[in-house]
Amino acid sequence: MSIVTVQLGQCGNQIGFEVFDALFNDSHCPGGLCSKRENEAYQASCKERFFSEEENGVPVARAVLVDMEPKVINQTLSKAARSGRWKYGQHSCFCQKQGSGNNWAYGYSVHGPRHKESIMNLIQKEVEKCDSLSGFFIIMSMAGGTGSGLGAFVTQNLQDQYSSALKMNQIIWPYGTGEVIVQNYNSILTLSHLYRSSDALLVHENDAVHKICARLMNIKQISFCDINQVLAHQLGSVFQPTYSREGSFHYRRNPLGDLMENLVPHPEFKMLGVRNIPQMSENSLAYSTFTWAGLLKHLRQMLISNAKMEEGIDWQVRPPLSGLPPLGKMSVNKETHFNTSIANLVILRGKDVHSADVGAFKDPALYTSWLEPVHAFNVWKTQRAFRKYEKSAALVSNSQSLVKPLDMIVGKAWNMFASRAYLHQYTKFGIEEEEFLDSFTLLEQVIASYCNL
Amino acid sequence: MTQSVVVQGEWPFFPPNVCSLSFLGTVGQCGNQIGCCFWDLALREHAAVNKKGIYDEAISSFFRNVDTRVVGDGGSISKGKICSLKARAVLIDMEEGVVNEILQGRLRDVFDSKQLITDISGSGNNWAVGHKVFGSLYQEKILEKLRKSAEHCDCLQCFFVIHSMGGGTGSGLGTFLLKVLEDEFPEVYRFVTSIYPSGEDDVITSPYNSILAMKELNEHADCVLPIDNQSLFDIISKIDLMVNSGKLGAAIKPKSLVTSSTGVFKKRQEKPFDAMNNVVANLLLNLTSSARFEGSLNMDLNEIIMNLVPFPQLHYLVSSLTPLYTLADVNIPPRRLDQMFADAFSKDHQLIRADPKHNLYLACALMVRGNVQISDLRRNIERLKPSLQFVSWNQEGWKTSLCSVPPVGHSHSLLALANNTCVKPTFIDLRERFIRLYKKKAHLHHYLQIEGMEESCFTEAVSSLSALIQEYNHLDATKSMPVEDLPRLNIAM
Repeated sequence: MSIVTVQLGQCGNQIGFEVFDALFNDSHCPGGLCSKRENEAYQASCKERFFSEEENGVPVARAVLVDMEPKVINQTLSKAARSGRWKYGQHSCFCQKQGSGNNWAYGYSVHGPRHKESIMNLIQKEVEKCDSLSGFFIIMSMAGGTGSGLGAFVTQNLQDQYSSALKMNQIIWPYGTGEVIVQNYNSILTLSHLYRSSDALLVHENDAVHKICARLMNIKQISFCDINQVLAHQLGSVFQPTYSREGSFHYRRNPLGDLMENLVPHPEFKMLGVRNIPQMSENSLAYSTFTWAGLLKHLRQMLISNAKMEEGIDWQVRPPLSGLPPLGKMSVNKETHFNTSIANLVILRGKDVHSADVGAFKDPALYTSWLEPVHAFNVWKTQRAFRKYEKSAALVSNSQSLVKPLDMIVGKAWNMFASRAYLHQYTKFGIEEEEFLDSFTLLEQVIASYCNL
Repeated sequence: MTQSVVVQGEWPFFPPNVCSLSFLGTVGQCGNQIGCCFWDLALREHAAVNKKGIYDEAISSFFRNVDTRVVGDGGSISKGKICSLKARAVLIDMEEGVVNEILQGRLRDVFDSKQLITDISGSGNNWAVGHKVFGSLYQEKILEKLRKSAEHCDCLQCFFVIHSMGGGTGSGLGTFLLKVLEDEFPEVYRFVTSIYPSGEDDVITSPYNSILAMKELNEHADCVLPIDNQSLFDIISKIDLMVNSGKLGAAIKPKSLVTSSTGVFKKRQEKPFDAMNNVVANLLLNLTSSARFEGSLNMDLNEIIMNLVPFPQLHYLVSSLTPLYTLADVNIPPRRLDQMFADAFSKDHQLIRADPKHNLYLACALMVRGNVQISDLRRNIERLKPSLQFVSWNQEGWKTSLCSVPPVGHSHSLLALANNTCVKPTFIDLRERFIRLYKKKAHLHHYLQIEGMEESCFTEAVSSLSALIQEYNHLDATKSMPVEDLPRLNIAM
């Protein structure tokens, strides 16, 4: 089954390119530490999901590119074409010349309705190229105007038009210290709308990825390209093919469906985060070896202590004693709090993957009480190595780890809202104070729900 | 008013009728002199970046491409090689001297006569003559020319108006133009670059003209960049000093694009106006660079307004530009790069005299050009933050952009725009000077004799300014208050 990706705005398009590039390069990586037949099956599965084929044999990304100004799309298209290995469809782009001015209201209320037909037609064309549709992967930022506002609008329309297809939104959380001054307003409006119309929100925070670039990858002058490449690597490690079940060597067909089933048991809890291990520069990789035991131990502690990378993990944090409830309800202000999960998915790729012991992730103490660990935890595997990593593990979790960042954004937006600053820019395009209040209410609810796990 | 055209199909995109454009209206002697420097610089910048001579998006934002062999209006070309570039501009002056000189100089092919509105008698340094008399006289003509220019595209993003506040034409007719723009193109943003008179201004009536113009700016501009001549003069002096002192050794190129023009004006003037005008022209170029050229974090002009204007009346931005001279060394080590950020927050680089560091920031934008990455930007924001005070509801009020194309002759540059209460003293000062003059009723009859002018025009103008000053006072009062988080919504579970 195939996934149709919708890339929105500057961020969405810049990241989208890196994702397809990472997926393609990985699936055409020589070796992969497995047999030729295995490699071919992996490639074929990746292709079915993400690429269609044209007459001359160059794979075409199953993607629709949308932006309200042309510079980024032009760059994205030319970068893909220049690589010569894969490309975007010639007629897969929708572009305007005015931009959304970092204004969620403009993206949602003006651009949305104005261009709905054209955009939905493009998506329809892409859907028709799929033999069978798994769902939509929508890449967007929260801080700007197009990705956020138009992204929310498009997601809503996808819900209306393709009610049986799944939608996962890849949302980029901006740096805490401004890229955009009104980013907190744009963020709360985006999140509240997506919470109603999307099936899962896969979140990446610029601050966290930036730290990975600085500390793990050792990059001195970090550019957005570096950040996007780390992000693409993480997404690739989630979305590349894995075996359909224990003991099988066939690749699973419905990645989005399976992700949702494993990770989003309840519509009140939709926020997912990704962790990846190991993550390092290619130079260091050549000199490193890992054991599954080591990797999984670190990954589990990263989950429990809410660390976003394998450096600086707090090993003091422990799960509460089995059978006893966690000490006091989670308060957002507590520093080292144990991160309770609703559901976790571990994805293992590489050598001796069948010998990896994931028992520690099945500990009921990690999870909230309303799901049996057997339902709350899943593991996917493939012995086909990912990129140059002999062994690599990814963890997709639905847990409390996004509560603190969410709370910060809501807090800042609320302070600004109280002063009424910038509101005239939104009301000008039909987003009234009511809408803001509704968003605040919904998000406070989400925060409370996660805190009470 | 802005229609949209569906753009689908093959890339690279350059749809003929959909364009994101800027339009320049230069009014009065000062406005046109600056405008001239701007067009000269813009052409040079595009020539340096666009070696193949293809008419691309970046150029199209400021220039039309015209086949001069075609007579009449049909000559616009939307793609392909550059034939003849015409500035998207209207030049307005009620005296002919400056405009005529422009038409005889190097830039004569960049404008055609249909873009000019001139008269011969001048406004006599009288806002009322510029605004009321010439306003009504030329309203139709102005409208006609604007409509004609707007016909060449469906999507006008921004109008830039350049003028001075102290005289008659720039001040009066310039602000009249704002009203026309607002009525005719309500959805297009109006950015105004205004030269404010300094204390030693030799035009006696400049306080009257400025106050009357301020009311118009309060009501009809989306964003104003106030600039004063004294600051520009100080900048030029500093550059001369640096260049001549040899402090920077052989690394300094004396001819910086920031200060030197190619001698657009034949007359050498007493004060170094050419160099000063070039600084303003650079400001405008840098302001629009991220909208014209590519980068990893683009910033359109509408984003500037969205992020920097938290309340409609508070739309006055302090600008500072760096670097001001060219260094021959292209690979600037990080220490020098960080120095660029520090400079942008030094008073020496501001285009208006003010003290943002000791006042309250409402918002701040950093527009970076050249090989600067997000980590450089973030590192410097962290370094600068502790010494700056931001209003309680916008503690992280930074808007940033990264444009890959540096200005000509530099490896990178930074334009900082600050919405800060430090503009208050400038306005208070203006009001003081006005009151001193008005109390004596000096020269008032020159204004009152113009039809449509009454004393209430003056009193209303002062009220408008006082109200603005009060807004800044309210904000300043919050400066020393502790920043607390407000109680949040309580959710029943």
